[in-house]
Amino acid sequence: MMLIPCPWCGDRIDAEFTCGGEAHIVRPDPATASDAEWADYLFMRENPKGLHHERWFHAHGCRRWFHMTRDTVSHRIVAVYAITESAPEATG
Amino acid sequence: MQSWRNSTGGIIDRSRHLSFTFDGRRLSGHPGDTLASALLANGVHLVGRSFKYHRPRGIVGSGVEEPNALVRLGEGGFVEPNARATTTELFDGLVASSQNRWPSLAFDVGALNSVASGLIPAGFYYKTFMWPAKAWTFYERFIRRAAGLGQAPEEPDPDVYEKRFAHCDVLVVGAGPAGLQAARAAGRSGARVIVADEQAVPGGSLLAEHVTLDGVAGQEWPESVSKELAGMSDVTMLTRTTVAGYYNHNFLVAVERVTDHLPAGESALPRQRLWKIRARQVVLATGAIERPLVFPGNDRPGVMLAGAVRAFANRWGVRCGARAVVFANNDSAYRSAIDAADSGIHVTTIVDCRAEPRGRLVEEAQSRGIDVMAGRVISGVEGRKRVRGVAISTMDDSASAAVTKECDLVMMSGGWNPTVHLASQSGTRLAWDESRATFIPGDAASCQTSAGAAAGSFGLAQCLRSGALAGTEAAAQAGFDGETPAVPEVDGDTGDGALDLEPFWHRPASPRDGKAFHDLQNDVTTADVALATRENYVSVEHFKRYTTTGMGTDQGKTSNVNGIAILADHVGSSIPGVGHTTFRPFYTPVSIGALAGIDTGGELYDPVRRTPMHAWHAGNGAHFEDVGQWKRPYCYLREGESVDEAVQRETLAARTGVGILDASTLGKIDVQGKDAAAFLDRIYTGTFSTLAPGRCRYGLMCHDDGMVFDDGVTARIADNRFLVSTTTGGAAAVLSWFEEWLQTEWWDLDVHVTSVTTQWAAIAVAGPKSRDLVSGLTTTDLSPDAFPFMTWRDADIAGIPGRIFRISFSGETGYELHVPASYALALWQILMMAGERHAITPYGTEAMHVLRAEKGFIIVGQDTDGTTTPHDLGMSWLVSKKKPDFLGKRGLARPDTLREDRKQLVGLLTEDPREVIPEGAHVSPEPGAKPPVPMEGWVSSSYMSPNCGHSIALALIRRGHDRMGESVAIPLEERTIRARIVKPVFFDEEGARLRG
Repeated sequence: MMLIPCPWCGDRIDAEFTCGGEAHIVRPDPATASDAEWADYLFMRENPKGLHHERWFHAHGCRRWFHMTRDTVSHRIVAVYAITESAPEATG
Repeated sequence: MQSWRNSTGGIIDRSRHLSFTFDGRRLSGHPGDTLASALLANGVHLVGRSFKYHRPRGIVGSGVEEPNALVRLGEGGFVEPNARATTTELFDGLVASSQNRWPSLAFDVGALNSVASGLIPAGFYYKTFMWPAKAWTFYERFIRRAAGLGQAPEEPDPDVYEKRFAHCDVLVVGAGPAGLQAARAAGRSGARVIVADEQAVPGGSLLAEHVTLDGVAGQEWPESVSKELAGMSDVTMLTRTTVAGYYNHNFLVAVERVTDHLPAGESALPRQRLWKIRARQVVLATGAIERPLVFPGNDRPGVMLAGAVRAFANRWGVRCGARAVVFANNDSAYRSAIDAADSGIHVTTIVDCRAEPRGRLVEEAQSRGIDVMAGRVISGVEGRKRVRGVAISTMDDSASAAVTKECDLVMMSGGWNPTVHLASQSGTRLAWDESRATFIPGDAASCQTSAGAAAGSFGLAQCLRSGALAGTEAAAQAGFDGETPAVPEVDGDTGDGALDLEPFWHRPASPRDGKAFHDLQNDVTTADVALATRENYVSVEHFKRYTTTGMGTDQGKTSNVNGIAILADHVGSSIPGVGHTTFRPFYTPVSIGALAGIDTGGELYDPVRRTPMHAWHAGNGAHFEDVGQWKRPYCYLREGESVDEAVQRETLAARTGVGILDASTLGKIDVQGKDAAAFLDRIYTGTFSTLAPGRCRYGLMCHDDGMVFDDGVTARIADNRFLVSTTTGGAAAVLSWFEEWLQTEWWDLDVHVTSVTTQWAAIAVAGPKSRDLVSGLTTTDLSPDAFPFMTWRDADIAGIPGRIFRISFSGETGYELHVPASYALALWQILMMAGERHAITPYGTEAMHVLRAEKGFIIVGQDTDGTTTPHDLGMSWLVSKKKPDFLGKRGLARPDTLREDRKQLVGLLTEDPREVIPEGAHVSPEPGAKPPVPMEGWVSSSYMSPNCGHSIALALIRRGHDRMGESVAIPLEERTIRARIVKPVFFDEEGARLRG
């Protein structure tokens, strides 16, 4: 029941959002990626205890994707940034 | 006759009588009573049978902590099982009955368990019924019948519930002395405050105290504070409201019992209201719960918490017995003993396990003639359905020192546990406090403070001060500065709340002592703890589950700390060394109705979507099915016709005459922008940039792993514009998929997508007479040369501006007519009239399914399961080899997707042409093979085809494409069906009708 600060709509309850999982996964070049690299891109995800960069989608709101850095233990939200941005330095 | 009610004292209205029944017996009480206080006023102690041993049980507590007095309330659909008698407000006409007994409370057959109790220790069911494995299904029926406390109501719940959101600066949980002070402080600062208290009136422990605050009686002071709060426009006081859950980011859930205290059906208001509260700051002023002592026979009716006896005396003017013995390890029991004595109970003895109890309270008790036996414990209880006496011995149980005392009431106090449940739920760690021998909240995990007894401050003055400070601080943290309210002068307090407690957890029991329960509700004894330890269930989480300590509906409010302490003793560790189990929501049970909210089973439960032609369908025999949220006609029943017959008739009509189908629910997405074609080239396995405006193309969409997740026909409307159609169920997911890629990966593309599913209604017209029918309604030339298969045109259709698509999911010559939704019903009716001469037949989704299966057209989600590639479907021709990339391309080249033994889509023809294989049936290779028979695949679609004259089926079978002609077996429970693998197309294989 987190309160998520949507960059477009402000603070909203998490029920309005969909979590898109780990952020900043780079889609390898399909022409050159090995089977192992492609499998890693498709299936393997980090599951850290602590700070985690994630993609979130305000499905029942503005329908915009954004990035959020969240502590997976305390649910503290450390940063919210645009989907086109890379992770802020200070947040590990 | 309320013969146990005093003529004065308490906060009940003796001028009015409320009549109620318990197990059919008519009794009376007063406004202000709970069911428990009214029962006790009538001398009723025996109120239930215990969970496992069916031992007689009485009322133990006076509030939310009650483990024993669980009753069934109400009748018919209004029945509520497992209601605590101690928190059930009495009203005129209340009907309550005892639980877990048969045939009656006084004589219960299940009590035989008690005789056999040596045979059913902790873990009994797990150990005994493990073998033989097959027999479990037999045992289970009997165990299930014997298990559980109350019975669930059998009728639908006729009550109405509602939910609401609320936001506040400061939420104060609990309106006892600390909570009221906190609310006052926060309210005066101007903050937006919500105060929630589970009782009918604010006051908490003050309602059971004989004190004065600033000269005002303690029982009246709360009302004066609530008057002050009522004058503050930003303060909301919620009584009868239990904050039951504390979630992330200070989100709390509370249940307001709006009309539970009124006779069923009397009020138009909802029964309960679920509050979802987001608070900037939370003050937890939840008080403390008294701890029982663990000694043999401590579950006999008449053994009660000392503070509960005191509350029944002070708040309700009820004597819980005539002659009492107190068993204590701390000072607070003396206050209870004194008040009990003052209320007219003859308190003969205080058995105190401390060697040298001393102080003002001890002297006060002795001055009332109460005998204090120091360094002694109760070692046994006499009486079954009611206490008759106790055996008292020294700590080391030297028999010579044992004495017996006659009594009908035992008042026990093992100290107090701060109500830390909500704090713990929020993630706040609990710390063991040695001096008070209890867990108290550690550093708060969120914007939260605990105040008063909930923080371990047991003295009244300390509570008042702690609450005032907490309220001021919480308001300040939320941005509101105010002065801390003065702490009222307390007269008659118990002191500073120091209990001078000496822990007494249990005495090593010998079998002759009888059972000593630390968990009354789940019937868990010290012997069970010993057993769990012997069997190495020594982690506190294992211990809890193995013995079921704290797993009842009371969630261990009175049992957890005792259980942990006894475990620590057995394993030779300390209490903080053993630790505690995690507190989880809910604090007290919450009704399913409150969680479900308004209209628990009706129309508003889930949105219902209807097409513009719905009324026509409903008026013409439609038998509806749910497709996602949509209502779609499955078939149209004629007089005297079965569903199967209707489906066969409709399927035949669409191939012999003309049929029409309401296809409005198909997902439609308008894709625009100069990169629209490039976008669709990346999304679909096929190529859309080469599609000319005015033409349509069928496409498959894959996730990047190469698995098919949706399909449909896309029409190019203009150079920069496409209309994508999706499956009915996949519409929302496909739109989200488009948005995700456009926003997160391909933000350089100039593409905009929007759903137009409900803007356009669609009618499929199919059959040899379809051209004749549609051409009569439009000036557009429908001849095959002018308007070939897989093209579309803007058209005037019976005067309605729309689009005609020459596409077909039935495999017949056919058209899909798209018109703005508001014209759809009119067009449908026009088609029905114009089609009369062709005996036009509306057909439903099932006929559509049969028609498409005859042609081998797949339904994504039915003939695919998320592990199916386009190649598996035999649709490699739809996968571009030229495009350098599209979603799924690289995935399709993974070794796993290239395996030759993948399940592939094939057709099946049964040996007996009349036999229809059940969908979902497994396919095995060799008829008559011995188990375990390998599973070679499964049947995804299966129908009787009237156009083929035999049954048809589609199946996903391992290596299926290479096994044409092979025989397979479909083993069912009662018989085995033989079938032959064939190509997945059964009708008009060359597509002459489609293109004709």
